[in-house]
Amino acid sequence: MSPDRRPMADPFAGPSAAPTEPFAAPDPAGSALPDPAGSALPNSAGSALPNPANLACPAPIPERARVLLGHGSGGQLSAALMREVIGPALAAATPGGPLNDAAVVEVAGQRLAFTTDSFVVSPLEFPGGDIGELAVNGTVNDLAMMGAQPLALSLAYVIEEGLPIEDLRRVTESVARAAGRAGVRIVTGDTKVVGRGAADGLFVNTAGIGLVAVGVSVGADRAAVGDAVILSGPIGLHGIAIMSIREGLDFEVEIASDTQPLNGLVAAIVAACPAVHVLRDPTRGGLASALNEIASASGLGIELREETIPIPGPVHAACEMLGLDPLHVANEGKLVAIVPASSAEAVLVAMRAVPEGVEAVEIGRVVADHPSMVTIRTIVGSQRIVDMLVGEQLPRIC
Amino acid sequence: MCLGIPGKVVEIRDDGPLRMARVDFGGVRKEACLAYLPEVQLGDYVIVHVGFAISQLDEEEAMKTLEILRMLDPEGMDMELGSMVEEAAPKAPRPPAAAEAAPAGPPPASGPA
Amino acid sequence: MLRVPGSTTDLLSLKARGADVRIVYSPLDAVRIAAANPDRQVVFFAIGFETTAPANAMAVWQAARLGLDNFTVLVSHVLVPPAMCAILESPTCQVQAFLAAGHVCAVMGWTEYEPIAARYHVPIVVTGFEPLDLLEGILMAIRQLESGRAEVENQYARAVKREGNLQAQKTVFRVFDIGDRKWRGIGMIPASGYHLRPEFARFDAEERFDVGTIHTSEHPACIAGQILQGTKTPLDCTAYGVLCSPQKPLGAPMVSSEGVCSAYHAAGRGLATPRAVPLFELTRSEP
Repeated sequence: MSPDRRPMADPFAGPSAAPTEPFAAPDPAGSALPDPAGSALPNSAGSALPNPANLACPAPIPERARVLLGHGSGGQLSAALMREVIGPALAAATPGGPLNDAAVVEVAGQRLAFTTDSFVVSPLEFPGGDIGELAVNGTVNDLAMMGAQPLALSLAYVIEEGLPIEDLRRVTESVARAAGRAGVRIVTGDTKVVGRGAADGLFVNTAGIGLVAVGVSVGADRAAVGDAVILSGPIGLHGIAIMSIREGLDFEVEIASDTQPLNGLVAAIVAACPAVHVLRDPTRGGLASALNEIASASGLGIELREETIPIPGPVHAACEMLGLDPLHVANEGKLVAIVPASSAEAVLVAMRAVPEGVEAVEIGRVVADHPSMVTIRTIVGSQRIVDMLVGEQLPRIC
Repeated sequence: MCLGIPGKVVEIRDDGPLRMARVDFGGVRKEACLAYLPEVQLGDYVIVHVGFAISQLDEEEAMKTLEILRMLDPEGMDMELGSMVEEAAPKAPRPPAAAEAAPAGPPPASGPA
Repeated sequence: MLRVPGSTTDLLSLKARGADVRIVYSPLDAVRIAAANPDRQVVFFAIGFETTAPANAMAVWQAARLGLDNFTVLVSHVLVPPAMCAILESPTCQVQAFLAAGHVCAVMGWTEYEPIAARYHVPIVVTGFEPLDLLEGILMAIRQLESGRAEVENQYARAVKREGNLQAQKTVFRVFDIGDRKWRGIGMIPASGYHLRPEFARFDAEERFDVGTIHTSEHPACIAGQILQGTKTPLDCTAYGVLCSPQKPLGAPMVSSEGVCSAYHAAGRGLATPRAVPLFELTRSEP
């Protein structure tokens, strides 16, 4: 440790209440904090802080009386909301059992995949994409994860009063580009405007239908012991790209969201292995949550090998900085395919021939041990359980 | 308990009374306060905790630790060593002698016993 | 922090009920928020071990320099050496060696640990946080035990110097005094925490807001205190994995991934379950 070369000014020498800076300042005039005005501070408009006395809350708050942000995180809280609130209330209307991201409906002998999804990302534009592109790709991918090729999408906007028209134009142009890339048409839509504060700029809903390829039947419950778990590429890019521009956490990172349509990749997988058992895109809640859903739906275990999971350097670094697990970070252009081990090599070859799958790797196997549980064999040789994300993905800094 | 991560100082500026830096953590850059490490220069490696650099990394010591750990398992450990290599590597590349002299470890696939 | 259960609720639930709770990366960010919002009161939760104290001290210092009257801190700083002594003084103590937290020592150095190692004849190894640092730290501790030594050794030499960061210590002691602190699940430990010095009383949230006397109560089933002292393992707890899980933690050790209970939950549940073998059954071989 270097000697203490910079003497500290005595902050309490004078009658003035404000101490001088602790270190001899190059700028002797007591200037402001670093970047006092320039930094993007959350805006102060709005109500005053709640009275702290009321927050002391002498009466216990009923558990889960209100929706937390974590209920929308794609993790265990989301599952609980579905299981305990939405599922039971809808029971009479859902004879097919629990609702999934997408459903297959038989129409005149054809199997149609059907899905809907709402997008509430903030800010609307982020490194690597925007809400329009995300909405198209998200719905195309929900269809693709049923083994379907998308036919048509709807597009609905809930717009907050005051949104710049130019923003709406850009987002909509982006919708069109993304639809073109995925080879899907936008065939219907809706527009609503709500008062300032009733939405956050723009919410987008897309629904879609697609045609399931003949002979293909995928489902999370179809995983079988011995199956290979294949991941289409590096994880964590979307979640970290979004977090890097989040108020209060902003950091510089040269990565972009991985948002992209996966229907081309799915077509390649299905062609190489029509018997593919499971397709799943690890979006909110990350790879860990997607694999846990598969383990619990199939009643089998999944064993991962840590060294095979591709995590980009900047994602790893950002996760270290924020105390996050990369396995919990969202992706918007990756998929997990669970295929019979005998087809794994053929599927990998087929995936790597498609731009969205060039970095595809096998990351683990489906096992009979530890049913409904995902484990990982770490680089140092230990084994740990990979849990679903619990609630909201919170940075943990100290 | 106390997340502290090593990074490289890539920019220094005096902002008011506080000496601030941009620190690169393997591709992620974030502001950190250098008030507690007045000697730090551009290119130095520091450990940052809640936005404050609290310690400057000693490259010689980092290399010593690396060598000890490599001797345990010269091949299999390198991936896990990633962030430590990051700390020490830029000015002091991995000495090939250390790896060669090390006893053969278990095959990487099996990991350390 | 947001998920840590209080007596009746947690900060995430309060946020859902309308409280403005924000995460900041650095305490200086909280000062910035206060400076930019003079009409609102900003309370920063100044928690942590010695590692975090220099950052929190600087935040208070800056708030004072800027003359902010809408910024306060709720101080709950705890110190490592007094807690180690409390554990070692306990008649039920089963701890044979300590890995001293590397980043605490990066700030404070390890001179405080030398009398502890000597007085209690216990090896202390200042250890880094990479998995392999921990392995080496454990190895060094075991070697001391095997050879009958009880010294302070530094595994984390690349980041920690014996005297620590003097500049940081100086600011910490300009802003904070050492005082008694109540530890969750353990109780009062004398001289084990930082409190704001009288000159900075106006930045003390407990002074600014009339919060009365706060009593926190633990869940009756939670044995976090004993687990933290090493006298029990999570497997001895009736609530572990039943009433208490990472989704619904009863005590702090189940909240974050490195908490003892959370680590057991991640590493042991349903796998090769670690038997509740007390640590003291490890035999110490004579040199």
